[in-house]
Amino acid sequence: MHVPDGFLTAQTWVPAWFLSAAGIGYCMNRAKKAMQDRAVPLMGVMAAFTFAAQMVNFPVFGGTSGHLLGGVLAAVLLGPFAGAIVIACVLVIQCLIFQDGGLTALGANILNMAVIGTMVGYGIYRFLRGRSGDRRRILFGTAVASWFSVILASGACAVELAFSGTSPRHIVLPAMLGIHVLIGVGEGFITTLIVGFVLKVRPDLLHLLPCQNGRDGHLGQGNATLNRPGGQS
Amino acid sequence: MKKKEILWGLSIALAVALFLSPFASSWPDGLEWVAEDQGFLSKGEGTPVLVSPVPDYTFPGIPNDKLATSLAGILGTLIVFGLGYGVACFLKRRNL
Repeated sequence: MHVPDGFLTAQTWVPAWFLSAAGIGYCMNRAKKAMQDRAVPLMGVMAAFTFAAQMVNFPVFGGTSGHLLGGVLAAVLLGPFAGAIVIACVLVIQCLIFQDGGLTALGANILNMAVIGTMVGYGIYRFLRGRSGDRRRILFGTAVASWFSVILASGACAVELAFSGTSPRHIVLPAMLGIHVLIGVGEGFITTLIVGFVLKVRPDLLHLLPCQNGRDGHLGQGNATLNRPGGQS
Repeated sequence: MKKKEILWGLSIALAVALFLSPFASSWPDGLEWVAEDQGFLSKGEGTPVLVSPVPDYTFPGIPNDKLATSLAGILGTLIVFGLGYGVACFLKRRNL
């Protein structure tokens, strides 16, 4: 759902630039404080993987395709702040080098996918997962949150289109939500598969797991359940 | 993450870009589909504000479409890896 130049009027894309700059600035501040050594290469790898995965459009239905957004995936591994920064990095390169998403619309794209999709998506994941370290709850939270992240990002995109007068809200909002309800299923499926794989081979790569600095100590006995399958790490 | 694991992670990303991206569905994505349906697709088809070096994930000057996409994917994956790593180093206030 990368918005190209021309879809949004200046009264939309200028404020969107400000909002996304504020959002990413906030994320950088928060990420800086919580940054662990292990997160440095993981941010590079997650950015690279997200970019590659976003190139692979999968057919949805009736001649439409979708691709992974990757926001919840990045946030489950890196936390919401570093996760949003990773998605913003991907969007910047897609715009500057590959003309995927317009330069004027870059703020809106970062706002929709990196700030709203990733951070609110992560909030849903945390809510559903609760304080549990249980594998099934982590995967359930991942699946639902990643589905929602696509819905939220597409809803924000529709609101911006309506605000620009590109298409009336009562038409563009249900149309965007309707198709992304389906695309989101792909997002949920792929994200859950990958998080399930990481839980198997390197459960310690998940944000909040295991409790390394005591900050996330409330996860308690859940860690014991989780560390079992990944004993080799 | 150890160096070997970073290389593994990057290799997976590169493999997706190299082997899967040429077989991506060329159908319009959700937004393009809605834009076409609602008749505002043409609004986005003017001259872009910034002309990108590798538009539409097609490496210029390569006659084979699939190869051109693969190469664009490899290029992008490496650039984004560098940017992500660089930003992370900056956040960690560490020297590159």
